[in-house]
Amino acid sequence: MKSFHGKALRWEWREGILELALDHAPINEIGTVMLADLERFAAAIPALAPETSACIVYSARKEGFCAGADLRELYRGAAALAEKERIAGVRDFLERIHVVANAMDTAPFVTIGAIHGLCFGGGFELALLCDIIVADKMARFAFPELRLGLIPGFGGIPRLKRDVGNAFIRELLLTGRTVNATRAQSVGLVAQLAAEGEALKVARLMAAQIAKFDPGTRAAAKKFIKPIPHDELRQEIDLFCELFARPAVMAALKKFVEATDAMPYLP
Amino acid sequence: MTRTLDQTTQEVLDLAARHFQVAPGTLAPSDDFFRKLGINSLQALELLSRLENHFSIELPDYEMQGVSDFQTLAERIQSRL
Repeated sequence: MKSFHGKALRWEWREGILELALDHAPINEIGTVMLADLERFAAAIPALAPETSACIVYSARKEGFCAGADLRELYRGAAALAEKERIAGVRDFLERIHVVANAMDTAPFVTIGAIHGLCFGGGFELALLCDIIVADKMARFAFPELRLGLIPGFGGIPRLKRDVGNAFIRELLLTGRTVNATRAQSVGLVAQLAAEGEALKVARLMAAQIAKFDPGTRAAAKKFIKPIPHDELRQEIDLFCELFARPAVMAALKKFVEATDAMPYLP
Repeated sequence: MTRTLDQTTQEVLDLAARHFQVAPGTLAPSDDFFRKLGINSLQALELLSRLENHFSIELPDYEMQGVSDFQTLAERIQSRL
């Protein structure tokens, strides 16, 4: 399927370059609708791969790349369930998104994340699936999960550990702070900075360069240099579910959903 | 470049006015920027990015919590210059 238009995203293939646009109001929150469309994309990868050299992942939403998991949907769904079912539901969601993440992470073509605005939590984890990140100078990255009594659950920490130093990860995770694109580049997370509104254009130029190389060599190089941390990813799912069972998490989710603070995104 | 706190405050006011497209001179150091500009959390983060890029500093957003006037914001920036 060379083009697809779903409820939360769309993709278009043209001359060997695939563009995957997230477009789900307000800021591409990852809930059941986004997950279903991401699963469609993951399922399409094997058919698209032989003719694709690069895939650009970007957001069509003005405010940013992705604000993370859909906490409102998560809270509403979890609040209606008994504890055992609640944990089973969350585990099922995590297992599904990890399948998508591993498929995108191991795609034989090169993935480029063109990031602008907010790139938080699950959105950050989505960006970390990409082989190369191009960031708009106004982009901000964060793992704010600890304020909910959780850790990132879509593979964020094991994948971030592939790319950057542990000290930076600890600062991000343990303070929940946001960092700007310049800092993200200085630690090696972001490959290239783009002027405001220019990340997609820069990513397209990069994709055109990548398309010049032999597909087999490109795929082998990617596989060699980008191992999937399977054991840590499994541990992350277990720890997330263990933490999710604590009453403090539902209380924190409720507080977030009902927040009228000026800065509810911040811990 | 060494800036005085007054210079920093003026640059913060000018930058906020430009970013949120309000007339220069309409913002004062003691103004509550959330109320005066009517901004939400996302816009506050945009302002933070704008300020960090302009002053070439990092200002952790937890330092912004509880800060709502330009003067205090400028003081937080000044301590990072």
